[in-house]
Amino acid sequence: MTRYQASTPASALLSGALLVAGLAVCATSAQAEDEPPFITLASTTSTQNSGLFDAIIPSFTEDSGIDVRVVAVGTGQAFEIARRGDADSLLVHDTAGEEAFVADGYATERADVMYNDFVLIGPAEDPAGIRDADSAAEALNLIADNASPFASRGDDSGTNRAELRLWESAGVEPGGDWYRELGSGMGATLNTAAGMGAYVMSDRATWVAFDNRQDLELLFEGDEVLFNQYGSLKLSPERHPELKHDLADQWHDWLLSEAGQQAIGDFEVKGQQLFFPNADGE
Amino acid sequence: MTDSAFLTALELVIGLDADLLDIVGLSLKISLTAVAIAALLAFPLGAALALFRFPGRAPLIVTLNALMGLPPVVAGLAVYLLLSRAGPLGSLGLLFTPTAMVVAQVILVLPILAALTRQKVEELHGEYAEQLASIGVSRRRRIPTLLWDARLSLITVVLAGFGRASAEVGAVMIVGGNIDGVTRVMTTAIVLETSKGNLPLALGLGIVLLTLVGVINALAHLLGEATRRQLG
Repeated sequence: MTRYQASTPASALLSGALLVAGLAVCATSAQAEDEPPFITLASTTSTQNSGLFDAIIPSFTEDSGIDVRVVAVGTGQAFEIARRGDADSLLVHDTAGEEAFVADGYATERADVMYNDFVLIGPAEDPAGIRDADSAAEALNLIADNASPFASRGDDSGTNRAELRLWESAGVEPGGDWYRELGSGMGATLNTAAGMGAYVMSDRATWVAFDNRQDLELLFEGDEVLFNQYGSLKLSPERHPELKHDLADQWHDWLLSEAGQQAIGDFEVKGQQLFFPNADGE
Repeated sequence: MTDSAFLTALELVIGLDADLLDIVGLSLKISLTAVAIAALLAFPLGAALALFRFPGRAPLIVTLNALMGLPPVVAGLAVYLLLSRAGPLGSLGLLFTPTAMVVAQVILVLPILAALTRQKVEELHGEYAEQLASIGVSRRRRIPTLLWDARLSLITVVLAGFGRASAEVGAVMIVGGNIDGVTRVMTTAIVLETSKGNLPLALGLGIVLLTLVGVINALAHLLGEATRRQLG
């Protein structure tokens, strides 16, 4: 049996480590008490991956003293987070879903904030020949007829919902070996599409900010059915009275205000404007 | 790509990038806190499982061993449902905070620490049981004795737990939300940079994380060696 010294270097170090860990916990909770007010915003991967929030939130925080903590997930998951009362505010891009959310009583109000558009991306050699398509529907039909690999988000995000609506209006039921549902965020889907030379539908913001394009190119754009509207929702105080509705309303109103719309319009990546403010209903 | 990843990693470290320091600091704070809490619970639990015989002991041991393979994303989901406003502990408002991340990691690490502690202490007890019985040490009193005697092996056990905690992304992503400056840690930052297609930066962060884990393991090794020398 070994001897039991009260204080060996090992025990001193171990208890030291425990102490530090304990202090770290205390420090964390102490910080929590005097930190500035904040709201939690559930939003989409496209707005975060493009860097929009990093650009506009500091101006809002400067004006209001309120920090905005962004949890970026697919639109479907963002709705679920808000439904459970885990976010104070919601900024997503699925107008039909947003209106249903209001109708179901989870939100009191929705407003247009900004828009951009979806684009069809694919390998540069364009095996399905969608570059010369006259419409998005035709482009999708060409991909399906040629059975070219198509990478779908498959995650019930706003982009995924828009993509499924496009297939439906193109009269194609996507399926088979060529149609690959990834269940991933926009960036991860672009990474995979680049890896397997697949076609993919992306929002323009994520595509422009995306750096691992490999052989991918923008092949089709400009059809008005590719319009991508973002909306902000005021969550219902009746459903979730414990949320920070006052602060969240300030954020919602700021997004729609001249200052907020200006900040969104000023945001550029690689010299390109990615989101077009349209709170005034233009 | 690999070259630029190493360069990126080097730039990040040499430049003492402020964001990186925050992220590294938070990663360490969360994982070390989780491992410390888990160790406080798991050491006595593991030792008790090694020493006492009671009905249901075998199933408990099997369960602990099985939970070593608990997928982080499942642990994360369970903690998410627990801490969500609509969940039983929702009123605490802990979701999307570092505390929630610590809770999830404790759940992940605890079975590993308890199961391995159980095994080490049982081995040790096999050697010393007769001796301890002959000087009349009760089973309860043997727990601290054997834990202390096993401390060299327990360092390795703690490192296994720390490795699990610092490497996982599934749990902290769900319960932390990867909020910039609040709950973003090394692994969730790597996921984010990967999804931006910023692969050199993602790999650079990975290299920084690996280096950090390496340094901590080296420190633990030195600690073990020092103890061994002292014991002769």
